[in-house]
Amino acid sequence: MSFDVASLRKQFPILQREVDGKPLVYLDNAATTQKPQAVLDAIIDYYTTCNANVHRGAHQLSDEATRRYEKARDAVARFVNAAAREEIIWTSGTTEGINLVANGLAQLLKDTDEVVVTEMEHHANLVTWQQACKRAGASLKIAPIHDNGELDIEAFTALLSPATRLVAMPHVSNALGTVNPVKMLTAEAKKVDAWVLIDGAQGIAHGNVDVQDIGCDFYVFSGHKIFAPTGIGVLWGKRDVLQDWPVWLTGGEMIQDVTYQSATWGVLPNRLEAGTPNIAGAIGLAAALNWFSELDTRALQTHEKTLLTSAHEQAQAFEGLRMIGTAQDKIGVLSFLLEGAHPADVGFILDRQGIAIRTGDNCAQPLMKRLGIPGTARASFSIYNTLDEVDALFDALRKARTMLA
Amino acid sequence: MELPDSQEIVDDLAFFDDWEQRYQYIIDLGKAISGLSEEQKTDDRLVKGCQSSVWLIERIENGRIRFEVDSDAVIVQGLLALVLAAYDDKTPQEILAFDIDGYFAELDLERHISPTRGNGLRAIVAKIQALAKRSVS
Repeated sequence: MSFDVASLRKQFPILQREVDGKPLVYLDNAATTQKPQAVLDAIIDYYTTCNANVHRGAHQLSDEATRRYEKARDAVARFVNAAAREEIIWTSGTTEGINLVANGLAQLLKDTDEVVVTEMEHHANLVTWQQACKRAGASLKIAPIHDNGELDIEAFTALLSPATRLVAMPHVSNALGTVNPVKMLTAEAKKVDAWVLIDGAQGIAHGNVDVQDIGCDFYVFSGHKIFAPTGIGVLWGKRDVLQDWPVWLTGGEMIQDVTYQSATWGVLPNRLEAGTPNIAGAIGLAAALNWFSELDTRALQTHEKTLLTSAHEQAQAFEGLRMIGTAQDKIGVLSFLLEGAHPADVGFILDRQGIAIRTGDNCAQPLMKRLGIPGTARASFSIYNTLDEVDALFDALRKARTMLA
Repeated sequence: MELPDSQEIVDDLAFFDDWEQRYQYIIDLGKAISGLSEEQKTDDRLVKGCQSSVWLIERIENGRIRFEVDSDAVIVQGLLALVLAAYDDKTPQEILAFDIDGYFAELDLERHISPTRGNGLRAIVAKIQALAKRSVS
């Protein structure tokens, strides 16, 4: 293997811990990733040396904090290849980013308008649009998937029409691991002049997100899925779109002139960032992105592919295991069911063996319903996982199968 | 097998020295309780967790609280059997006096009754306690 996973693991203090006397095997990375020392250090250093509120620079600490905070914005802009730093809006995470866009959209929609999402959405990228449509009296259209978890592209394209105002879709499905051809789908949506939002919650940590290349209008993600802390996230939006987008949260920082009875809004990015921001979170996120960028992306992708291939091969050979989601282009996730065993039971028995996975509806109840299953067990991999851990997963599953039979 | 009482369960589980035997015992306990028929599993009896679902029918019979439960997951069913052993056919006063958290701690199963687990167990316990409280007030 072209990169040293053992030394990478050493940078993650939590990976050294044990669960019930067994080494932790953390395979719940689609839920949240662990944090390298570089990120932990950046947060501690901020609080230790220059904690102050930003953009109110009457003193040295505030200057230093503001500089680090705005440098963090630059780091994100570079990471996703934004055309301008003002296009980076801090949020608390993917969900807030989608809500910001959806809230604005609800004010712009007419009752003849349509919003298109896919059957593979997690709740964050479904309920928000559903509620926005409800408020505006607009219609929500659901683009179907094939049974293997791939988007039905023909049906997706057929749903698009001049009435389509916005298309929202995941870059990568959290439950199935399907990678959507977002560039091509965006081009289709642009033919009818719709806005496009890509939910990058699961896409961001797998490298090479280039928002200009995709051609979308919005790309949202959470820091904690890419080795940064929870509570910080990003909404990237095209400047032309964001600068007129209806403001959502109002208050300090986002205004220009205020009287008792009226207010005018500031310019990007501030107009969409009300209140004191998550300064430490932004700095932590920048540290994570900088740390990640220094790794060899190609080697990481190869490593991740090796893990998933091994997981797939072992899954196929495993009697009574049914894989959920077998898209051609797939990353990071092995969702499955064991015959005769409830996913929750599988989760319990794996947990006792130190193996952390997700079980349940994957925050995607309509998708589970569409697939005709109550939920799945889901192992999700990150760059610091090893082939030994994949083997440990299947050893543990053999035990689960025996015990639950 | 007949469902043992809560003290017997504590003693039985203390006897095992590895987790596999303990979980096997809990799974077997779950199989020992009768569960509910499909017709009885109505939505109003459903306590939905994001990991597994449980159904509960509770009633008072001759001053004692009786309940029946079922789950779609066998370990959760076993954990429900532990609750059943402690709570079923007891007076409301007995139920309110019983230290359920201490019981699960003694069984070394606190993790399963913690509110952070989406298995519905905590909600079942809360429902039975609420019924007990209503019937003494």
